[in-house]
Amino acid sequence: MQTLDMATTELREVNSTLQSQKADTNQRVWEVINPKGSHAIACGLDGPIEVTVRGSTGYYCAGMNKEATVHIDGSAGPGVAENMMSGTVIIEGDASQYAGATGHGGLLVIKGNASSRCGISMKGIDIVVHGNIGHMSAFMAQSGNLVVLGDAGDALGDSCYEARFFVRGKVKSLGADCEEKEMRSEHIEILKDLLERAGADAKPEEFTRYGSARTLYNFNIDNAGAY
Amino acid sequence: MCGIVGLFLKDKALEPKLGSMLTDMLVTMTDRGPDSAGIAIYGSDKDSKVKLTIQSDDPDADFSTLEKDLENTTGAQVSMSVKDTHAVLEISHTRIDDIKSALGELRPNIRTMSTGDIIEIYKEVGLPKDVAERFDVASMSGTHGIGHTRMATESAITTMGAHPFSTGSDQCLVHNGSLSNHNSLRRKLKREGMTFETENDTEVGAAYLSYKMQNGSNLGEALESSLEDLDGFFTFVVGTKDGFGVVRDPIACKPAVMAETDQYVAFGSEYRALVNLPGIEDAKVWEPEPATVYFWSH
Amino acid sequence: MNEINKPKDGIPQTAPIKSATFTDPINAEIRRAAATGIYDIRGGGAKRKVPHFDDLLFLGASISRYPLEGYREKCETSVTLGTRFAKNPIELDIPITIAGMSFGALSGPAKEALGRGANAAGTSTTTGDGGMTPEERGHSSKLVYQYLPSRYGMNPDDLRKADAIEVVVGQGAKPGGGGMLLGQKISDRVAEMRNLPKGIDQRSACRHPDWTGPDDLEIKILELREITGWRVPIYIKVAGARPYFDTTLAVKAGADVVVLDGMQGGTAATQDVFIENVGQPTLACIRPAVQALQDMGMHRKVQLIVSGGIRTGADVAKAMALGADAVAIGSAALIALGDNDPRWEAEYNALGTTAGAYDDWHEGKDPAGITTQDPELMARFDPIAGGRRLSNYLKVMTLEAQTIARACGKNHLHNLEPEDMCALTVEASAMSGVPLAGTNWIPGRNGDY
Repeated sequence: MQTLDMATTELREVNSTLQSQKADTNQRVWEVINPKGSHAIACGLDGPIEVTVRGSTGYYCAGMNKEATVHIDGSAGPGVAENMMSGTVIIEGDASQYAGATGHGGLLVIKGNASSRCGISMKGIDIVVHGNIGHMSAFMAQSGNLVVLGDAGDALGDSCYEARFFVRGKVKSLGADCEEKEMRSEHIEILKDLLERAGADAKPEEFTRYGSARTLYNFNIDNAGAY
Repeated sequence: MCGIVGLFLKDKALEPKLGSMLTDMLVTMTDRGPDSAGIAIYGSDKDSKVKLTIQSDDPDADFSTLEKDLENTTGAQVSMSVKDTHAVLEISHTRIDDIKSALGELRPNIRTMSTGDIIEIYKEVGLPKDVAERFDVASMSGTHGIGHTRMATESAITTMGAHPFSTGSDQCLVHNGSLSNHNSLRRKLKREGMTFETENDTEVGAAYLSYKMQNGSNLGEALESSLEDLDGFFTFVVGTKDGFGVVRDPIACKPAVMAETDQYVAFGSEYRALVNLPGIEDAKVWEPEPATVYFWSH
Repeated sequence: MNEINKPKDGIPQTAPIKSATFTDPINAEIRRAAATGIYDIRGGGAKRKVPHFDDLLFLGASISRYPLEGYREKCETSVTLGTRFAKNPIELDIPITIAGMSFGALSGPAKEALGRGANAAGTSTTTGDGGMTPEERGHSSKLVYQYLPSRYGMNPDDLRKADAIEVVVGQGAKPGGGGMLLGQKISDRVAEMRNLPKGIDQRSACRHPDWTGPDDLEIKILELREITGWRVPIYIKVAGARPYFDTTLAVKAGADVVVLDGMQGGTAATQDVFIENVGQPTLACIRPAVQALQDMGMHRKVQLIVSGGIRTGADVAKAMALGADAVAIGSAALIALGDNDPRWEAEYNALGTTAGAYDDWHEGKDPAGITTQDPELMARFDPIAGGRRLSNYLKVMTLEAQTIARACGKNHLHNLEPEDMCALTVEASAMSGVPLAGTNWIPGRNGDY
């Protein structure tokens, strides 16, 4: 394992070292120590490497990740794994607001709680939160799956499109055009796979599915109050 | 737009280190607010006197004979300690009004930063590190304190535009965000007799809380009603004689992180502000909920 | 004399007078709103008359100043954008860039033509709210990648292929508003690129999903620079809202270039009420932005690109004389490609409009085949010929700006100054900080109200 110490190494060097590990690299396992809440750690990775960040991170850790597995052994600041394309990001602690924002693919696992706007504008990413999520989560979510083992805050899935939300606990309130949906066998399958991959000890049958009621897809004056 | 830090000590053993811990936290928030910085520090109440923290742009001229001049004019006993552009006057409770009016006549250009039994507010234009050094914040002890680094959005970069803003005796306010109805609210509060030094939106927030409290609300109620009456984006941290409070607007976009251990409760705009606190690895770390008023007090 | 005000019984009658407040267009709009229950959505920029570059004139040279010979004595036009932090600033031959317009709003061939035209003229083009298409990247030697609140199609591969990144905070047509793309234009390809269901009315967010305010923006810029290795310039595009503050904060947040879009700047689609009633005229935005840069000692270090109603080389010269480093064109480029061309008049009439007034771009029925995703209409547009028209037009604008600059004795367009101009109206004088013609008076500046 290669170690990068942020107490002695500049962010630029840490990132350029990690970013230069492409598909053919034989240095596949890395750790970053002393992150001390720094921003943009391990962003823009583009190869099948495993990076463990030992400590808590600031904004945009693992932003735009491709292929890499980034493990945060602590809590993550705002916008963790924002716009992720593929790969896996695992957070041992909590995640601040905007976790997985606009993510296009890959798997984001948050072992603790996620704050507000988790999965905002998500575009294909899968997010599994072992704890609770905050308000305005999955706002304008387009596609992908958001799984929450705990409770969801206010306005879940406001103005969402085709993304799926699975919540085991309580939902404080649903956002505009978000509704409870029937849990069919194909959803159980999707959920079972995600729970397994996220190391979550829960049964798919305990969850409720939510998604778009599709009433705001085309403007209708009778829905004006929801805009 | 700004950085906020706050530290409320539960463990008395840490009190001598309050200033140095807060300085460290403040400096990490330099990127969020490079224009000016300020700190409110709550020290000890050992002498039962009132502290009046004042500021002058020409401290040599204004402060050199001020102590004597005030005593000669009012006959009251005054003890003054000067820290760079600021000075703290300690006066007995019964003579505070006389001293204030004498100060207005003797040194009309001097500005009052705070009044209270224990609060002292220091703020100036410049990088947080330089501001903290000028006042030797690191050497200060106390029970709790709030710091702020400012990136000015619309109002001028001045000493008086820096945070914290005093909202009453032993009370202060810092803000991260941008209010959108402060001009109308300022006009309304002016009609009610409140006075303003700046065009700053946060000063309106501070005056709003002061006004509410002058009219019978306690701080918690004033903060609750701010959620109705203030429009825009805000995270407020308010200091009180025995603790501090936090409130975020209902949208809650501006960042806020809290940490609690047996020794302290800490607030930071970013986790970076908290990383050097003792025992942070095992602290309970969370984000305050939107539109919810939090308080910690001794 | 017509029937209605003909004297009756020998007595002259009051003539019917239409209200200047309740005009025919206003009344028609009230009826339309009452009938449909939806606000008017359209493309383009503000159509109302506002003080503009037409209200400024250059003084030229005579005995106190000496002009340069046309063609023979050089007048440079090049500009370098992004010199503050980027390893690879963008070097352009001409200070006229192509503004961001999305694939989705425009057809693929129209985007291709913009790239071809910009290439031939030695300038850059810009993506839009729909991601980067391979055609566009392929045909644009210098491509600016927009980073928008919606993040449609945003991915790190395209980000790393970009020659610059433009973080879009606002747009002159709709400061504080998000984009719109209505169902008629969400074709299969557009739907796939934006990850949306086909045929829906898409409304983009107005704030970025993962930051709010300049303190967060500074960190977002750090992330974008880390992902792109600090190679390419970061532009920040703001609408003409509070140009002094917005420019100051963009620079504090770490911008290499500030793009300032006044209210005449166009959009693919938004509410008409937004286009016509929010934002400041381009003319009024430039001096406060330049002042902000000067106050920070950053004028010419952080470059300023001005857009919103640039049509001619004279407009280019005037914007630059007011302190801009370059300009961007959007609507003018579409007209050069063939938008609103009178040759399609019969079809415009069939759509209930006329050439020059067609702005229902969101409906996707553009007879010129530019603002559409309809394969039949798109086929009418030849990207090679369109690119050629655009490059011709860009070259004409450049020659025009040089003509003016030489007449003012300048060997580089950048040496034009506000003092080279006068204003025709009190309003334009006050907004641009240029004295009223024949006087030394600038209302609101030098006290002589």
